Amino acid sequence: MSAAPILSVRDLRVGFQTEAGLLQAVDQVSFDLSPGEVLAIVGESGSGKSVTAQTMIGLTRSKNSQIEGSVKLDGEELLDADDATMRRLRGEKIGMVFQDPMTSFNPVYRLGNQIIEAIRAHNGDVGKDEARQRVVELFESVGIPNAERRIDNYPHEFSGGMRQRAMIAMALAMEPEVLIADEPTTALDVTIQAQILRLLDDLNRQRGLATILITHDLGVVAEVADRVLVMYAGRVVEEGTLDEIFYDPQHPYTWGLMGSLTRLDRPRPRRLPQIAGSPPSLLDLPQGCPFRPRCPHEFSKCPEYPGLEARLAEAAGHRDRCWLTPDEKRAKRQVEGQIGLEAPR
Amino acid sequence: MTPLLEVKDLVKHFPIKRGILIDREVDQVRAVDGISFDVQRGETLGLVGESGSGKSTACRAVLQLIKPTSGSIKFEGREIAGLGRRQMRPLRREMQMIFQDPYASLNPRKRIGQIVGDPLKLQGVARGSDLRRQVQELLERVGLASEHYNRFPHEFSGGQRQRIGIARALALKPKLVICDEPVSALDVSIQAQIVNLLDDLQDELGLAYLFVAHDIGVVRHISDRIAVMHDGRIVEQGTADQVCEQPKDDYTKKLLAAVPIPDPRESRERRGQVASR
Repeated sequence: MSAAPILSVRDLRVGFQTEAGLLQAVDQVSFDLSPGEVLAIVGESGSGKSVTAQTMIGLTRSKNSQIEGSVKLDGEELLDADDATMRRLRGEKIGMVFQDPMTSFNPVYRLGNQIIEAIRAHNGDVGKDEARQRVVELFESVGIPNAERRIDNYPHEFSGGMRQRAMIAMALAMEPEVLIADEPTTALDVTIQAQILRLLDDLNRQRGLATILITHDLGVVAEVADRVLVMYAGRVVEEGTLDEIFYDPQHPYTWGLMGSLTRLDRPRPRRLPQIAGSPPSLLDLPQGCPFRPRCPHEFSKCPEYPGLEARLAEAAGHRDRCWLTPDEKRAKRQVEGQIGLEAPR
Repeated sequence: MTPLLEVKDLVKHFPIKRGILIDREVDQVRAVDGISFDVQRGETLGLVGESGSGKSTACRAVLQLIKPTSGSIKFEGREIAGLGRRQMRPLRREMQMIFQDPYASLNPRKRIGQIVGDPLKLQGVARGSDLRRQVQELLERVGLASEHYNRFPHEFSGGQRQRIGIARALALKPKLVICDEPVSALDVSIQAQIVNLLDDLQDELGLAYLFVAHDIGVVRHISDRIAVMHDGRIVEQGTADQVCEQPKDDYTKKLLAAVPIPDPRESRERRGQVASR
């Protein structure tokens, strides 16, 4: 992309020791994120997208977790930073927005006070009145009307959409450089979702905020992302720019995701293309490609685990984990249906 | 021909009460405020709307799980609004429900065989080895294996649990199945499987669905006709393609415009249009 990356993740592996053995939740995940860029991480439950994000900000540290690899923020290694450093970085450098705005605030404290507390915990020099003023401005900047009065409300007095705005305001309170949004609109109605996506888009452009958007909704991805990582069973199976992923998808799992969407802009098919079976257990992964048991195009090479490689001469940044050649993929994709039929432009 | 289900001017208001000794009714929540629709045999009517639009309340009122404030609900031409529990019992065989959350809608202490078989037992349809055989057939019909009979819900994934919920709903061979957000808690790749299963079952068994969801894409795919709910009222009703392609009501238009299009170029174009307007 354009500027030097602010966040750089290399060969991240996160495993959890369980009674049934080591569960490798994230394996060999690498990516860079530049200021002003929106990177979408797409995948189903159990694909490792949330664990990846949580590990970056130190939320998966525990006795039974094994974390390897490197996460560098502005050149500083986060994986071996101590807890005090992480506490400082969370909020000041990296803000996080969670899926459920209902459970992310403390219900017995006024919203404004929770954010004022966060600001003052990071910077003791800020007086109460000054912090309060800042929260009012933050509320205004994320589009909460009557900010002056609303900051004295309790979380239950806010609607879902307003609560999500308040959460974004809290994540932005310390002016972080990176924002991680984990399914920020999944719990919201579509009309509210559209507003929140606009807001994230504006913030991203005005402040040059680097954003990681975690979602399972490809429609949301198409609206805001610059680049996309598709994850399956803890690994990145395909990565590329937004247009590369949507108009020339290379991995059969990505085709499956695109095919199973119900689209309002197309005539409805008689039957929805579906992906057979269900995601594998991370404790019992098939040998080779983890998508193999569900893939209609499995062949002799698949029991061998494919590397994440650029297989297209014209797009060096578009990488995937599938043994099929690009020509075979394009041919098979046509057979599967209306998936990425147009060439990327 | 009389429709299978005919709902007329259905109203459900919830009172808001204040006061300590004397419960004074100070206001009402007009959850469902006079809606009318019908469902024909073998047909799917989609009911869309955002949270709080009253779609779940409407479903529950139809099933008499809550008492409607006023209005008429006719099933096969017979008035059922106001019927008591006992009078409703034989009708329960004809109308079943599939719930949203497959993690909350199955009793974790019961085996699958019992969960699916209980409706048959309670209604006195089958018992003993006959019951077991019927349940195993149902499990296979919804894409599970008959060996799953003795397992517990926690051994199944979300999609499989939803299949169990479907098997339970179909056990009594109902004519109408009310599906309240049946796929919204599932992963995308599993949603398509469940939608296709519901489609197949409808073709095979001649079921009618009242399909409630907030995802217009899914509703359009499965429905013959769609009714759009907003603030307790139906603002628009028509065939699925009519409502989605030539919406007449302003709210329907707004709702459709808010659905993200999974196509970057179209999405950019649309945003450009919105910005220049």
